[in-house]
Formats: sequence, structure tokens, C-alpha cells
Amino acid sequence: MTREKGIFRQVLERPLGLAVLSLLAVFYLVALFADFLSPYETSDQDLQKTYHPPTSVFWKDGGLHVQRYELAEPQEMVYRKIEGEGAPIRFFASGYEYRLFGLIPAERHLFLVDEPDRIYLLGSDETGRDNFSRLLYGSRISLSIGLVGISIIMVFGFMAGGLAGYFGGIWDGVTMRFIELVMAIPGLYLLLVLRSTFPDHLSPAQIFFLIVLILSFLAWGGTARIIRGMTLSLRNRQFVLAAEVLGQSSWKIVWKHILPNVFSYLVVAASLSIPGFILGEAALSFLGLGIQEPSASWGLMLSQAQDMKVFMLNFWWLLLPGAAIFVTVIAFNVLGDVLRDIVDPKQKFLSR
Amino acid sequence: MPDQDAGTSRTPLLEVRDLKVHFPVYGGVFRRVVDHVKAVDGVSFKVPQGKTVGLVGESGSGKTTIGRSIVKLVPVTSGKLFYQGSEITPLKRKGFFPFRKKIQMIFQDPFNSLNPRMTVEAIVAEALMIHFPEMTRSQRRERSADLLKQVGLEEEHLNRYPHEFSGGQRQRIGIARALSVEPEFIVCDEPVSALDVSVQASIVNLLQDLQEKLGLTYLFIAHDLAVVEHIGDEVLVMTEGKIVEQATARDIYENPQHEYTKKLLAAVPDF
Ligand SMILES: Nc1ncnc2c1ncn2[C@@H]1O[C@H](COP(=O)(O)OP(=O)(O)OP(=O)(O)O)[C@@H](O)[C@H]1O
Ligand SMILES: [Mg+2]
Repeated sequence: MTREKGIFRQVLERPLGLAVLSLLAVFYLVALFADFLSPYETSDQDLQKTYHPPTSVFWKDGGLHVQRYELAEPQEMVYRKIEGEGAPIRFFASGYEYRLFGLIPAERHLFLVDEPDRIYLLGSDETGRDNFSRLLYGSRISLSIGLVGISIIMVFGFMAGGLAGYFGGIWDGVTMRFIELVMAIPGLYLLLVLRSTFPDHLSPAQIFFLIVLILSFLAWGGTARIIRGMTLSLRNRQFVLAAEVLGQSSWKIVWKHILPNVFSYLVVAASLSIPGFILGEAALSFLGLGIQEPSASWGLMLSQAQDMKVFMLNFWWLLLPGAAIFVTVIAFNVLGDVLRDIVDPKQKFLSR
Repeated sequence: MPDQDAGTSRTPLLEVRDLKVHFPVYGGVFRRVVDHVKAVDGVSFKVPQGKTVGLVGESGSGKTTIGRSIVKLVPVTSGKLFYQGSEITPLKRKGFFPFRKKIQMIFQDPFNSLNPRMTVEAIVAEALMIHFPEMTRSQRRERSADLLKQVGLEEEHLNRYPHEFSGGQRQRIGIARALSVEPEFIVCDEPVSALDVSVQASIVNLLQDLQEKLGLTYLFIAHDLAVVEHIGDEVLVMTEGKIVEQATARDIYENPQHEYTKKLLAAVPDF
């Protein structure tokens, strides 16, 4: 027998795993470099260019240019190309200031055009803000919320489930009844009730953590139950009994013998809840209870696309955040399935 | 000091008096106790210092339960256990802790009794940290290597994981782990049942050598008489939670009294 391969290697060896992992890697890189990649800040408006369609790009005089448009019908927001006119796109030019990775002061951007022209790769919204930039900034929220969330879920899922399973008794009964209670209430209502018990106006960071905490509270129960079941079966394994006979303390047994043996299940069980976090944040922001203007999140952007005008006048680019949510959620679902398949091929513990 | 020797050999190292272990059976909607499994139902015996007492019986007769109640892995329903003359039955976790160093256990299933996520060194040295806290890391490693050599393994096995070993080798690791606390008494719960016949003899021989060298006392559990006859000074025959015959190994062979013992004997292959 050889040493077990790392779980990460095993994911990469499966075509589906490799595909979604690469896709997600690209997404995370984009989110990480959102400020470098986006030409405008999330709050940067241009009221002359509302509901602007995606600008096309052409080649002229040895350089890329962004097409210039004129507002043909102000009533219906129809823009028309001005043939042959455009503004040169400048690469690695200096624009608004930001801090790379939140630390390093910088002002370089991948591409920019000089004012008053604007580059809208994915169109603009009702106040002329760049949809592309907002989508990139919004990805930070959707992509990080799941990771922060599963860290919380892993800690609580293990503490509740592992300890309930190992110590049993009253602690077990109380935790399991509590989890059943939380799980019995439909998630969306509980989400709304919990959110409404907190003040409406908080700083963006406070809101982010509030959302993560609420969503974790809704999701930790499933993980805890899985871990409890595994702990119950581990508790009677002979190596755990041996540790007891040697005089090992209960805490050390949980830490040294239970945790390492449930860890991969813990990671997978928790990661299966990532889509729930992404959708939960989107739902809250969509309902105006989540991330607030001028910050961007995919759910918040979608809520602005509710305007009838968007449907009547076919501003399709404003629905792109929905597509982004869809793709991300599917990617995490597939990744979760692949991981589960590796860790628990017979689906003894991790079934949905 | 012949006097003192005679004195200690008169009090058995372990004495079990009318031991009963009943497991509750839950049933119904409210998970109430509806019945009890009488796994051990009134068992008495003594294990003299330095000797091996064999415990034989069919599957489900309660052998493991007796072994586990001695090391407090299962709660005792009634009856008394004495170790070196002092009663250990009422002791709680803390009070029993000193006895964890004296009483050890070797488990039945070598594929289940070693933590797959720990190296052999971590497995063998785990108890050293508990009972010899003054030892340094390198002292523990040295001692672990020593223990491995005592059970017929090599120092370079320290950094390996359990799945890299055969069943017999794993059982040796389990023995080294039990020896790490320098125990006096070891409950051997069918230590060779899961092994190939060819390996069984080498493990039994190892246990006998260790007994001689370290002056150990064994309660040796088995489900057939062949192994116990080889190692045991005295044999207890057990069925359905009760001891039905108690005699020296030779007497059991030559003059079995109970029907059940005769049945067990018939199952032992003749050579
Ligand atoms: N923790 C427990 N809870 C409930 N019943 C138990 C428990 N442990 C053992 N039993 C029951 O007690 C009886 C005796 O079991 P025990 O394991 O002591 O038998 P054994 O003689 O060791 O058998 P084997 O040769 O198969 O190991 C069995 O009927 C078993 O089902
Ligand atoms: Mg048994």
C-alpha cells in the first residue's frame, strides 16, 4: 500500500474537478485583482451615459480604440455608434488610487480611456456606472463569503457535532434538538427574521460579517450532524478505546484521534454549503437587507435590474450578475460533488 | 525476602467477584429501556501475580465485556473488582488514573486498533507523554525505538503509518503501545484471532517471552482452547455470560467436566 494521495491531487486528476477548479481559480484571481482590472470605482457615475450598451473596440492607427457613441433617442436610451470616432485605450495607465491586496498603494490599471470618453465593456447602469467594474468588485463578496462561512461552519460543526458525538448524554440531546429546531424553520424566513433584528444601517464590513454569521447559523447544523454521526462510530473504534485505556484525556482524544479522522469529511460537508452562502447573500442584498450602495455585490446589482425599463428596453447586460451567480454556484456544487465522491465514495455520511 | 514474596502471591493481582454487566436495550417511540442484555452475569475469578489466566468462550459469550470492565471501558452493573487487594470498582476517572499505568489492554483487531492518521512513533509515544511527562522529545523517541525492538520491530519503523504494516506487525505495535506505560497486568483480548495461523504462534511466543522478561500477568481471551492451552496456567470456560468451568489447562484437556467444554474441545483440531 502507498501513502494516500492528497485530496487536492485527486481532484485535479478528475476532468470535472480540474475544469471547475480552474474556472474557480480564474474567478478568484479576478476578484483578487479587481481594482487593477477595473477601470472605474464602483461609485463612479456618469449621468450623461446611463444605460449605455457595451462599447465595442476597434483597431486604428496602430492602437486599440473604444468606439464613441451618441444618444440617439433619449426616451428609450438608444445609443448609436459615431462611425470612425473613438478614443485610444491606454494600457497600464494611471487612474484612481487603490491599495493592492488592501495594502500596497497603487494607481495603475490594466486599461483606461481618457475622459470624457468612457469604456463600458459590459455596459453601464442607471447612473452610468461601469457594469464591468462593479461585477468585478461584486465578485469579491460572493467569492469570499463562502470561504469565511465554511471556516465558521467547520469550527462550530466540529465543536457541536464532535463533542455531542463523543460525550453524548445531555449535551448531545440539547445540541441535536436545537439543530433540528433551526433546520425545521424554512431558511429564507429565518434569514429575514434574523436580519431584521439588527439595525439597517451598518458599515459595509459590519454588514458582510452579519450576513456571514446569520448564514453560518443557518447552515452549521447539517455539518454538525454529519460529524456527530461519524464521531459516534469513531468513539467505539479500538484505537479510541486504546487511548482511553492509556489514560488520555477526553479533550486530547477528541483533538488527536477524532478530529484528524473526520477532518476531510468536515471540509467537504462544510464546502457543500458554499452555494448556500452565495445565494443567501444574493437574496439578502436583492431584498435590500444585505450589501448596500455604493458597494457592489451581485445580489445588489440584480436588484437594480428589477426596473421595468431593463426588461422593456432590453438592457440585458444588467442581468449578467445573475449569470455570474449561476456559474459560481454550479461550479461550487460540482466541486462539492467531486470532493464528496473522493472522500466518501459510498455516500455513507455525506448524502444530500 | 521469602516472606514478602509469599505474602504477595497470596493476594491475587486481580480478583473479580460476582461481576455483572448488563447493557440496556432501548425501544419504543420514547427510546425507553425495555430490556437488558446480560453480557456478563455473575462471574468470579482470580488472576495470580505473574500467571496467565485464559478465558475461552464462543462469540457473544461476554469475554470482551469482562476485559473491558476491568479497564473501565464499560460500566459495571454490580459486583466487585480488586486490584492488589484494593477495590477499584467505585473509582471514577481521576481515582482510576494511577491504574491506567498498571493495567493495559491489547485489542482484537489490529486493523482497527491503531489510529490511521498517526505515525508509529506518535502511537507508541502517546502514553509516554501522559505517564512520564518529564521525558523530553528525544527521550521519548529513544524509548519508542526501544519498545519497537522489544516487540521485534525496527527503529526505522517509527516514522511509518499503520497501513504500511501487516496484521502481525500491527499487533506488535499494539503490544509496544501497551508496554509503553510499563504495566503489570495486560488484558489480551483475542490478540491473535484476526491473524493468519502462521503468524499466531509468533505473537503468542512474543507475549510469553515478554511475560518472562517483564514479569507480566495476563488475562488471555480466546475463542478456542488451542491457543489458551498453550499459554494459560489456568483456564476459564465461559458461555452466555457465566463461567461454567474453571481448571488448569491440563485438567480441561484431560478431564472436561461441562458439556460446553467438551463441545469446545471437540472443535480443537487433533494433532
Ligand atoms: N456496548 C454494548 N451495548 C450493548 N450490548 C453490548 C455492548 N457490548 C457488548 N454487548 C453485547 O454483550 C454480549 C457479549 O459481548 P462481548 O463482546 O463481550 O462478547 P465476546 O465474547 O467478546 O464475543 P466475540 O468472541 O465475538 O468477541 C453480546 O450479546 C453483545 O451484543
Ligand atoms: Mg470479543
